[in-house]
Amino acid sequence: MSALEVEIRRKAYGDHEVLRDLRFTVAAGETLAVLGPSGSGKSTLLRILAGLDDDFEGSVRRPERVAMVFQEPTLLPWRRAIENLTLVTGVSRAQAEAALAEVGLAGRGTLYPRQLSLGQQRRLALARAFATRPELLLLDEPFVSLDARLVEEMLALTEALITATRPATVFVTHSVAEAERLASRVLRIGA
Amino acid sequence: MNLSPAAVRLLSIAGLIAFWALLAALHGNPRVLPGPADVLPRLWAEILSGELPFHVGATLGRVAAAFVVAMAIGVALGLLMGRRPGVDRWLDAWLVVFLNMPALVVIVLCYLWIGLNEVAAVAAVAINKIPMVTAMMREGARALDPALDAMARVFRMGPRARFRHVILPQLAPHLASSARSGIALIWKIVLVVEFLGRSSGVGFKIHMFFQLFNVTMVLAYALAFVVVMLLIETLIMQPVEARARAWRTA
Repeated sequence: MSALEVEIRRKAYGDHEVLRDLRFTVAAGETLAVLGPSGSGKSTLLRILAGLDDDFEGSVRRPERVAMVFQEPTLLPWRRAIENLTLVTGVSRAQAEAALAEVGLAGRGTLYPRQLSLGQQRRLALARAFATRPELLLLDEPFVSLDARLVEEMLALTEALITATRPATVFVTHSVAEAERLASRVLRIGA
Repeated sequence: MNLSPAAVRLLSIAGLIAFWALLAALHGNPRVLPGPADVLPRLWAEILSGELPFHVGATLGRVAAAFVVAMAIGVALGLLMGRRPGVDRWLDAWLVVFLNMPALVVIVLCYLWIGLNEVAAVAAVAINKIPMVTAMMREGARALDPALDAMARVFRMGPRARFRHVILPQLAPHLASSARSGIALIWKIVLVVEFLGRSSGVGFKIHMFFQLFNVTMVLAYALAFVVVMLLIETLIMQPVEARARAWRTA
């Protein structure tokens, strides 16, 4: 059975139609890449899948445990690294420490996000997403604006974590190379 | 010469007292402008007699009550207006009216409508302060990061955890500055309220000594209360603010 079932008949902002007649499913362990140019509604689609936007015609059936990696790390700068996992996702301290170790941040739990490098902040955001062992993982262009070396590091890490935990993954990107690397299927939307 | 900030502060206060003493000496009439040498012994005598602690305590009680009421209502209204554009459109004109209402008018009206009692006194001060807290907290609520809000919703943070760990830390600077400016405004208005219609408190004593043309005692009470408020600022407000900012300097 599919972990995610999506049927969006229409999504519009006022008179401006953003999405139309979109139907797809994603099974556990499968990664669907959503490709499209800027303004094609990729982010809107992801917000609908995440449950952040209910104002559309259609239906989305999603599992209980959902996690998301945003374009920016989107961390709580006033809470320590480990609290960014425990307070946000509700996992125990031990689970949070294990999740930090998975992304190579073992022993960094007591630091505040601004004491971490940008690469480490990205990895912390990844640890937060995988800490709950999500059934549905949403990736919103998480590698945009990173240099090539960091993109490669993050791609490898994400790939390993997806292989290990097997969530249904929807990966929004505008990079064909990234899509081919992570995804088993590609959905093209917009223009 | 490199002096510590605390030493500079002490020297600066000593300079102010010296300036006051110099003006008094130049004026030469201690009935009109008494110097520190006239005021401080009288101040000490008032403290020992218990008179000054009683009236300072009465004023502080009113300051505390008005502060709590003004912050609670102002924060709630500010958050509501900042988060809900519909509410903001309805209440914005009210806010402008109350922001521009002269403090004296509010005080007189409260005494006329509610009576010469504590409720009227505290209400008058709170009503003067609520619009300012509301306006400052509205700005704070408008500046809340929508990305953090989305993150908290995706990860299904509960309402209490979201308020405590996501919203409150973003509001902390606005809360701190409205509390600090709030307490500074409130104690000044409390003195006026007491001056006009109470039979206890620093404002009442200043009114009494004003009628007796006793400048020395007016200055003694004013000085005592300024010192108390500076202590509250240094010992309570600043440490609380420093704690809220700890993550920035870590």
